[in-house]
Amino acid sequence: MDSIATTAGTEPVFHLEEEHVHAEGSSTMLGFWLYLMSDCLIFAMLFAAYGVLGANYAAGPAPKDLFDLDLVAVNTTMLLLSSITYGFAMLTMDKGRVAATQAWLAVTGLFGLAFLSIELYEFAHMIHEGATPQRSAFLSSFFTLVGTHGLHVTFGIVWLVTLMTQVARFGLIEANRRRVMCLSMFWHFLDVVWIGVFTFVYLMGMLR
Amino acid sequence: MSAPDHAEGHGHAHGGAAHGSFKGYLIGFVLSVILTAIPFWLVMSGAIDNKQATAIVIMAFAVVQIVVHMVFFLHMKTASEGGWSMLALIFTLILVVIVLTGSLWVMYHLNANMMPGLHDMREMP
Repeated sequence: MDSIATTAGTEPVFHLEEEHVHAEGSSTMLGFWLYLMSDCLIFAMLFAAYGVLGANYAAGPAPKDLFDLDLVAVNTTMLLLSSITYGFAMLTMDKGRVAATQAWLAVTGLFGLAFLSIELYEFAHMIHEGATPQRSAFLSSFFTLVGTHGLHVTFGIVWLVTLMTQVARFGLIEANRRRVMCLSMFWHFLDVVWIGVFTFVYLMGMLR
Repeated sequence: MSAPDHAEGHGHAHGGAAHGSFKGYLIGFVLSVILTAIPFWLVMSGAIDNKQATAIVIMAFAVVQIVVHMVFFLHMKTASEGGWSMLALIFTLILVVIVLTGSLWVMYHLNANMMPGLHDMREMP
């Protein structure tokens, strides 16, 4: 890059000058934000499908027969706690403390796992009672919406473990910091989607 | 030519420590605990007799909590990424509103207007 800059006076190089302005990876955050927005649209479609189909029980079980709000409250607490522990991971990363960052990332992953385990227990319980996805339109749209969110959390945990390995091998280099920041947005975004799920699916389902 | 100046001026402009403080995360967490606990309590205890009123109240709580998460956890500001992330967010919100209200409105009226009148099974041969 420096060689280009020093010869810029003698040779007519016009467009290369722009490249100095953007450091490597400087547009990653905006790009990742655009990905999250497209993900937001996927969830909007699934919410719309649930809104349209969610009251068609086909003489099968209704939300009141299936949902256990105590369980959902515990689940929501797990996801909320994982959000603030990820925040602590970001703060310790800013201070450059590798071990503390790894510890907070591990705690976040454990809370994520707790959330997933509770969700899988709930699904297993429902399927055991005969409330399978093919039972009614309500259950199809329920499992698609909540399951898609659960899949996102699963991939978030896979990504988290991958990142922890990367940080263990290479430390908090610039590329790893960028990746941790991207996963932070992903993780908090999933929490935002869950607000919609527990309000629209669980709480309003119990009101019907 | 001032190439070194460019590098210095922009080196830390984007990647600065502009992602939250301990206080910010704590405020966001406490707010979202409160904003989660109240709707759960409302539904579980049935504090409001009217179901429709309860639904509207808990939806309002959800909207407020989403804004809290955006501000304190995702650090959305009107100026982040030169305003482009806010623009993308507004565009997405418009699409989400069209998808949600459009689907619900169309399907609700489909049920209300077409099912009994036009296709009465008793009139079928």
